Amino acid sequence: MAMTDSGAAFVEFDRVQKSYDGETLVVKDLNLQIAKGEFVTMLGPSGSGKTTCLMMLAGFETATHGEIRLGGVSINDIPPHKRGIGMVFQSYALFPHMTVGENLSFPLEVRGMGKSEREEKVKRALDMVQMGDFALRRPAQLSGGQQQRIALARALVFEPQVVLMDEPLGALDKQLREHMQFEIKHLHESLGITVVYVTHDQSEALTMSDRVAVFENGRIQQLAPPADLYERPENSFVAQFIGENNKLPGTVVALDGDNSKTEGKIATVKLEDGATCEALAVKCGGPGSKTLVSIRPERVSVSAEPGPNSTTAQVLELIYLGDHIRCRLNVHGNDEFVVKVPNAAGHKHLVVGETTQVTWDAEDARALDPL
Amino acid sequence: MVDATTNPTNTGLTTADGKPLKAALAHAQARSRRRAFLLVLPLLLFIVITFIVPIGQMLKRSVYNDGFTVQRNLTTGEKTPIMVNLAKWFDENPAGTEPDEAAFAALVEDLKQLKELRAAGQAGTRINYELSGSRSLFTQGARKAKKLQPPYKEALLELNPKWNDPKLWQVMRSASSNFTGTFFLAATDRTRDADGNIQSVEENRQIYLKLFWRTLKLSVLITVLTLILAYPIAHLLATLPLRYSNLLMIFVLLPFWTSLLVRTTSWMILLQSQGVLNDAMVAMGLISDGNRIQMMYNQTGTVIAMTHILLPFMVLPLYSVMRPINPSYVRAARSLGATSWTAFRRIYFPQTVPGIAAGGLLVFILAVGYYITPALVGGSDGTLISNLIAFHMQKSLNWSMAAALASLLLGGILILYWLYDRLVGIDNLKLG
Repeated sequence: MAMTDSGAAFVEFDRVQKSYDGETLVVKDLNLQIAKGEFVTMLGPSGSGKTTCLMMLAGFETATHGEIRLGGVSINDIPPHKRGIGMVFQSYALFPHMTVGENLSFPLEVRGMGKSEREEKVKRALDMVQMGDFALRRPAQLSGGQQQRIALARALVFEPQVVLMDEPLGALDKQLREHMQFEIKHLHESLGITVVYVTHDQSEALTMSDRVAVFENGRIQQLAPPADLYERPENSFVAQFIGENNKLPGTVVALDGDNSKTEGKIATVKLEDGATCEALAVKCGGPGSKTLVSIRPERVSVSAEPGPNSTTAQVLELIYLGDHIRCRLNVHGNDEFVVKVPNAAGHKHLVVGETTQVTWDAEDARALDPL
Repeated sequence: MVDATTNPTNTGLTTADGKPLKAALAHAQARSRRRAFLLVLPLLLFIVITFIVPIGQMLKRSVYNDGFTVQRNLTTGEKTPIMVNLAKWFDENPAGTEPDEAAFAALVEDLKQLKELRAAGQAGTRINYELSGSRSLFTQGARKAKKLQPPYKEALLELNPKWNDPKLWQVMRSASSNFTGTFFLAATDRTRDADGNIQSVEENRQIYLKLFWRTLKLSVLITVLTLILAYPIAHLLATLPLRYSNLLMIFVLLPFWTSLLVRTTSWMILLQSQGVLNDAMVAMGLISDGNRIQMMYNQTGTVIAMTHILLPFMVLPLYSVMRPINPSYVRAARSLGATSWTAFRRIYFPQTVPGIAAGGLLVFILAVGYYITPALVGGSDGTLISNLIAFHMQKSLNWSMAAALASLLLGGILILYWLYDRLVGIDNLKLG
């Protein structure tokens, strides 16, 4: 699904910038292409510019610079009601003075649709979210999850090509949220609509999306399918933001082969405690430059077998989590080094205070930019 | 549930030691209830003493006037019944009876007593409310009563032929009873003729209904004008970031902190024919010096000044309703395909109706009873019913008339309030 050819892009941000006060840029040079039928999530901490991007796409904010295209046509000057983009708000924004049926009927009404056709479409949309019996209720009489479904049905009832969702599950409890994630995903698959989804919840982004754009400080830090994002983060921010991560700061001392290109080579990194380890050079400079080695906790094994990155580790804390045991260790002077030991048959039983050996593959340690 | 099955005679639930649950609950809560009531008590007493009792007094006074039946000695506070003989004759003879010698004898007897008590002015004033020129008739009659000889009818008529006026006798008959509807009749421009039939007063003496109508009309106009002016302001206040909206809110509230009199007189300076506005228009050549626009001492002045003064009362309820309206409602409507006008009309406006209703009701009720501003800038054309009530309280000293007018005003507002409840629903009222 990954998109690079802008000719086939359905939604396209082209060098978009946005400033509210004329002094700072909230969105800096955004380039993003989304294919028809794709589910793209904008993920990032609050204040990273992701919601602003969504609002610009919906037409509630104007881009300070650059162009936003929908189906190849610039929509910079098209008012929101003519864009034909459905939107689901975090607060649901169900009109409180209308019944559920009237809420759904509203977008059809303003499009001048006849009554019988409206009723049929409203009924179909309500059935689609399993809320067929609720047409006469008021939004205030519904639970959060039910309101969420209605908001979804309302954004879909007029058959828009693009649906935007601004943290739609933020107000739901965990169980309902996970359930709704699957429902939204299934609706997306069965209707073939293009979805642009904003969230700050990484598990939500990883579960639902075809591709995730990680935002930070007004820029997309990485745009990749969920698996790539987790397994091959391109910089320290993404590695920190997505999933758990052990970080070991150090300096590159050598790269295998010639020094002209760093990416994809094995770098030797001198860590702060003086020891060296090997890591995959992803985003670090040549020898002498600072770097941050990032290793996922589940890629570290506690074992006696010596490897290229074997080192001693002191067990500081053990947390029993059922399927795995979370061990906090001191590795290379880092007190916060976490290793997940699967609770498999015959796993090594650690004791707090004991000194053991940990090891990881050089390919699993990624030398990234220093923070 | 155990009790209900084991003890069929006792159907209610009981506590562990057998006391009925309801009684136990009431006992348990009695103390906190008493405490709560004690906290409310000062305010309750205050309202009863300063609000409910005076209004009750006012309502009573509109139908009760003992000016023709009781005399109060102002120094001793002693009450003496007056006009007792005449009242007795009225009791014995039905309405419409030609006053005979006995009636005049009773009248003269009472006039003598009036002279003694120096109450002729008081009694005459009471009759004067309904038949002008009667006060002097009574003071003259009381002065000369001692010298009158029977037959009293001729003697009295010789003194003043007005004593034979059937209207006068009808008025005296109604005044000899403390309770009367006359003031309400007068307050609606009606009166009783000599036979006691209700009829409208002559066209050129009708003032109250006209004033009620004018008060209603101007109040509606002022309410509509404040709504038109306040709606955009309130919307701006509600949508601006807090630090700007607070500053603006101070400008809205500023008039509250300025004396009402100052605000009204500043309008006089602006609007009078030699005022700032007229001078400016003459200077710009928009109007000639001879054709200065009269904006003061008429309805225009009243409307302009009152609209300005009552504006905050419309802004505040509107603001308090608009502030919590999530901007995503309008955004949602827009994204669903509504133009900005449709989004306003179908989504935003219906949610502000409680504020409009509250502000409208507040401004209307205040406008209906407004006094100082119309008195100062209204002239003869722009005064309202409250000015007439004040006139009866302070100038003509006809408190019963003032009370009747005020009661009608109060009744009118209560009816509007009821209508409002039926149409909008009092639950929708939101003041802040």
